[in-house]
Amino acid sequence: MTSRSQGAQLDLAGTLVGIRRMAPLSLFVVVFGLAFGVAALSRGLSGLEAMLMSALVFAGASQFAALELWGPEIPLLPLIATTFAINARHLLMGAAIQPWLAHLPPGQRYGSVMLMSDSNWAMAAADHQKGETNIGMLVGGGIALWVTWLFGTLLGVVFGSGIQQPERFGLDVIMGCFLLSMLVGGRRDLSMLLPWGAAALAALAAMAWLPTHSHVIVGALAGGLAGMLLPPRKEGSP
Amino acid sequence: MTLPASAAGAIAAIVIMALVTYLTRAGGVFAMSRVPIGPRIERFINAMAGSVLVAVITPMAIHGDWGARLALVATLMVMLTLQKPLPAITAGIVTAALWRLW
Repeated sequence: MTSRSQGAQLDLAGTLVGIRRMAPLSLFVVVFGLAFGVAALSRGLSGLEAMLMSALVFAGASQFAALELWGPEIPLLPLIATTFAINARHLLMGAAIQPWLAHLPPGQRYGSVMLMSDSNWAMAAADHQKGETNIGMLVGGGIALWVTWLFGTLLGVVFGSGIQQPERFGLDVIMGCFLLSMLVGGRRDLSMLLPWGAAALAALAAMAWLPTHSHVIVGALAGGLAGMLLPPRKEGSP
Repeated sequence: MTLPASAAGAIAAIVIMALVTYLTRAGGVFAMSRVPIGPRIERFINAMAGSVLVAVITPMAIHGDWGARLALVATLMVMLTLQKPLPAITAGIVTAALWRLW
């Protein structure tokens, strides 16, 4: 059972290689973490809470979106639904590499997905395609992203605490601009305009007629349903 | 149901978010080993991923001031031309700051 075994494995050497391969990319993560730290403080989170969220949740878009719900009171159901809807893409990512991870002992399998994020998943999935058996890219890359995300958040908390009126410097728009750039930077696919349009209209309708904060859930469901009703995508279509 | 934004309430909210997020990370691996995710569910999840962002951003554009609106426009334009999030977000922040300075 040496080189051509189907099984995946996790070891220290592979993890270190994963950290090294992710290092150049994770420098950018510091800047995003900084933006999150600043935005979190401007929404009334304490520095410690912002750090705790980055450490435990470790999913940028959902963290930014959660800030939008933060106030004197935190609405629980919208928070859960928003977090789930934004991170539901993890379900597909996990499913895609499941045949790979199936060879690991359950502890390693469900431990390593704790660190699964978009970029280390993409690089690990490419490794899997190439027949690589070492899942160090997933774990090592995840460690690199986690450390830099946390470090960036710390910088943002330190930097942000010195700013009295964040809106004067345009810092209150970080959230919206971050989420918009994630939306546009994802897959460029014009067929998505229909579900997105449905989501926007449903969200506006919910804001007018339904309880506060329900617009995120209503918009996400409307967009998801619209997407499900679209015809299956044909290979090679524009 | 709401949590107060006291220290305990905020930490509870963060832990709940962390659990939900872990559920999405582990859930796909867990589900796939039993029932494969079909194309309809995949289309639903793919469309929902962007739609939830749309649902969060739309009110900001509608209820925000012109600084916030122009910031979103600037982000969109830089994103469509350069495809790079960092310059796009920077353009948004600078736009809002300049608008409010003025």
